[in-house]
Amino acid sequence: MARQALVKINPKEYKKDDIVRVDSVIMHPMDTGLMKDKESGKYIAAHYITNVEVYYGDEKITWMELSGSVSANPFISFYVKATKTAPLKIVWKDNKGEVTEKVIDIKVD
Amino acid sequence: MNRRDFLRTTSLTAVSTAVLGSAAFTDSFGAELVDNPPPKKSFDEALKEITGGKAVSDSDKVKLIAPEIAENGAVVPVTVEVELPIEQVKAIHILADKNHNAKTMSVYFTPANGKAYISTRIRLAETMNVVAVAQLADGSFIKAQKPVKVTIGGCG
Repeated sequence: MARQALVKINPKEYKKDDIVRVDSVIMHPMDTGLMKDKESGKYIAAHYITNVEVYYGDEKITWMELSGSVSANPFISFYVKATKTAPLKIVWKDNKGEVTEKVIDIKVD
Repeated sequence: MNRRDFLRTTSLTAVSTAVLGSAAFTDSFGAELVDNPPPKKSFDEALKEITGGKAVSDSDKVKLIAPEIAENGAVVPVTVEVELPIEQVKAIHILADKNHNAKTMSVYFTPANGKAYISTRIRLAETMNVVAVAQLADGSFIKAQKPVKVTIGGCG
C-alpha cells in the first residue's frame, strides 16, 4: 500500500547552484511498540519508518535512519544544492517492509 | 450446485473465517498486537553505537533549536544545523537521553546537500535533554544539547 506523501521545494523559484530546502511529510502512524491496547492489555506492535533515502538524479545524496521516537506523520526537511535538472526521489521504508516513493522535478536553466 | 455441496462449502468458509478472525489479534484500528515492547536502548549505549567509544566535545558550531517548554511531548520540533562546510560533515545524530530508545534519528550527508541541516519533529516521554551529535569527516564528534521541559509525555 502506498502511503500519502508530500514533497515541496522552498523557495519555489530558484537558480542554478542555489541551496534549496526540501520539505517532506508522509502519513504514517509511527507506532513505538510501547502503547498498550486498553481492551486486551497487549502492546500495539512497533510500526515505524526505519529508513529514508533521497536520490537526486542517479546519485544517493542523503539517507536517514529513524526510530520510533520520531513523531507520527514524520516531517523532515533538509537542503539540496540545485546543480542540475533532474528528478529528486524520496523513498521511505518501514519495519514491516512497506515502501513509499515520491518524485519531484528540480529544474534549473 | 446441489444442496449437499452448497452446505459443505458454506460451512467450511464459516469455519475458516472464524479461525482466522481469532488468530490475528488486532485492535479496533487494525494494528497488530504483541506481548512484549521492543528492547530498551539507553543513552550511553546509543552514544557508544554512534561514536564507537570516542570522546565527544561540546561545540558552538552545532546549532540545536528546540523549544524550552514543549506542551505536547508527542510533537517536539527540533532543528539541527552544523555551521561548517558540508564537505566536513558526515552525519548528524539526534538523541533524547531518557526515551525508551535514546537514538532518535541519524542523517547522513554528501556534498550535494550544500548545507548540513535537518529539521523534524520528535517524541519525548518526559522532561529530558535533546542531544545533537555531529560526525565530522576527520572522524571526530562534536555535540550540542538542550533541556526540554515536557508537560504531557509522548511515548505511551
